[in-house]
Amino acid sequence: MPNSTADHNSSTGNKVAFNPSMTEITGATILLENVTKSYGAKKAAVNQLTLEIPAGKTVMFVGPSGCGKTTTLKMINRLIEPTSGRIVINGEDVTTMNGDELRRRIGYVIQAGGLLPHLTVGANVGLVPKMLKWDKQRIADRTDELLELVSLDPEIYRDRYPKELSGGQQQRVGVARALAADPPVLLMDEPFGAVDPITRQRLQEELIHVQAELHKTIVFVTHDFDEAVKLGDWIVIFNEGGKIEQYGTPEQILAHPANEFVEDFIGSGAGLKQLGLTRVRDVDIRQAPAFTVGEDAATAVAHMNEAGVLRAIVLDSRDRPIGWVTRRQLERMTTVGAAHARQFPVVSDSATLDDALDTMLVAGSSDAAVTGSRGAYQGIITVQTVIKAIDHISADPEEVSTPVGHNTGAIPKLATGENGVISYAMDEEETATEVENDSAPWAEHSDPAETHRGSERA
Amino acid sequence: MSSATQEQTETKEATASLTQANSWKGLLIQPIVLLVILGVMFWWMSTADLTETERITLNASYLSTLAWEHLKLTIISAVIVLVTAIPVGILLTRGPFRKLTTPVMALANIGQAAPPVGLIVLFAFWLSFGTTAAIVTLVVYAFLPVLKNTMVGLEAVDKRTIEAARGMGMSPGMVLWKVELPLAVPVMLAGIRTALVLLVGTATLATFINGGGLGLLITTGVNLALDRVLIFGSLLVAVFALAVDWIARVIETAVTPKGL
Repeated sequence: MPNSTADHNSSTGNKVAFNPSMTEITGATILLENVTKSYGAKKAAVNQLTLEIPAGKTVMFVGPSGCGKTTTLKMINRLIEPTSGRIVINGEDVTTMNGDELRRRIGYVIQAGGLLPHLTVGANVGLVPKMLKWDKQRIADRTDELLELVSLDPEIYRDRYPKELSGGQQQRVGVARALAADPPVLLMDEPFGAVDPITRQRLQEELIHVQAELHKTIVFVTHDFDEAVKLGDWIVIFNEGGKIEQYGTPEQILAHPANEFVEDFIGSGAGLKQLGLTRVRDVDIRQAPAFTVGEDAATAVAHMNEAGVLRAIVLDSRDRPIGWVTRRQLERMTTVGAAHARQFPVVSDSATLDDALDTMLVAGSSDAAVTGSRGAYQGIITVQTVIKAIDHISADPEEVSTPVGHNTGAIPKLATGENGVISYAMDEEETATEVENDSAPWAEHSDPAETHRGSERA
Repeated sequence: MSSATQEQTETKEATASLTQANSWKGLLIQPIVLLVILGVMFWWMSTADLTETERITLNASYLSTLAWEHLKLTIISAVIVLVTAIPVGILLTRGPFRKLTTPVMALANIGQAAPPVGLIVLFAFWLSFGTTAAIVTLVVYAFLPVLKNTMVGLEAVDKRTIEAARGMGMSPGMVLWKVELPLAVPVMLAGIRTALVLLVGTATLATFINGGGLGLLITTGVNLALDRVLIFGSLLVAVFALAVDWIARVIETAVTPKGL
């Protein structure tokens, strides 16, 4: 592929991997540059795909079957060789390197774990370290550590054979095996497709926890949009031929489906799905006057007059909301009491807006008290707040700098900024319509979608 | 994990070890029965009132010579079959050689469909009478089951398992040795066992072209109308074939990977 960035890239590639500014992420940036996969004269399975996957993020590939999402995934570890284009991982062009060595550096999880049935669980997990010629003790230690990470007791499961495990357990071993050599990138190809819904939900939650601990770059193929919303920092929606219909955060996609195809794919429940994305603590909680039982009632009334409100919340001695009283009721009391307090719906600040709205509607109330840790009163949330929050979500995603992803054939320019940080910037003239933002989000750490960044680079 | 799942896996494990114990017990019965039959045969031989002509063939030293010849025919042709049919079977399941599957299978089918009696004589005229022609016939005859089962065994390995192995960075060679062949072993060994039994039986024909072996007892019995020699020879070949079958089954049980 004619590309002048190749030389530039190889000279700086190594620097990036050890760049101090990226130490908190163990994942690696992946860039697919104008990648095409075609089989013979047929229509290309993936056509001129340029896609940037930020380090330490979970990026979900969704789309109808035959859209090229799995092909794209398998081109990252070159199980499927691209017909043309480049694959760059952490600044290093891996398109021409030995495929087997590349794959040993990339974790790979498939449906039902893909465990080797003739090897024990321990041997399965230790496969890649063994290929990398680790010594026996180190492999054994690592195997036990990983089995514990995926909630399997090494003492019980290490020497079992895959057929002696349930589907969910096999899937966990599959994840442990993929993580064995501590690869920066994890590719997951519909890993939870073959387990029952309850097990799937548990595996998804475990993956979220594992990822919160490890910060790998995860590329996850699924046909289930709900799974994508639940697990993804970013979602790529593919159409036939590997065409990117939309690349954005779950919030962005739910709030602003790029076109009819995305709308159809999201389905009718989009509004509610959006409510499930935001937690109560993320929206503006209104401060309403609240008084602890035993406080002087006259002072309380004065406060309420000052604030111009007619109702106040009564708290118990531990700041937990009991209910609400009117100003008229307070005026008849000497000290604040809970005797006439009326029941009030209460939601936790970690509940989703979906849950909060549900609680208020069931209680027939237009507002609810919000509690923090140990049930302490934080403020109140109203139905209007929730509705405003939806508007806010709709407006907010615009500010997120979306990674590059398009099928126009334009390749982002490679730039080495301060501290040797490599960033890709799109040539604006070429792709002004596709790309709203020309900065490199992972290099600048300007990405608001990120929530966890604490672990040290191994 | 809930205790229910644990219980389930434990039961699974228990049944697995139970069936394994059963198969070993089954393996013990066969050689005992064979030894008893053999014992009865030789007791009869040493006590029966045999004629002079019968004595010429039915004596321990002559029988052991014939048995050794028979064994040699079987082993040599078996080794040749194994070192040719297995690699060919592996090759035919590899990408670029797949299209050769149909012609090779056709040839192998002809080899097995042609009556070995005719085949052995044809090869004898071509290669001169003796052991070589006999071995060539045996190889041609036993080639198909080994080839076919090698291919079937390899094709039956779950493609997702192979892909997972590739995805972990195993080279195609490593996948073949560490994943495909171990998983194909049960099917392959079944084919090898069939071939071995076929070989023991068919090796009796070697005597027609002066190739030696236990077939001589049968031809002598037929030609000289010595029914007792004929029956003794046939029984001996049958016991021999079953003994080989038993050895193959022992190997099968020992070599089959545990997790399957």
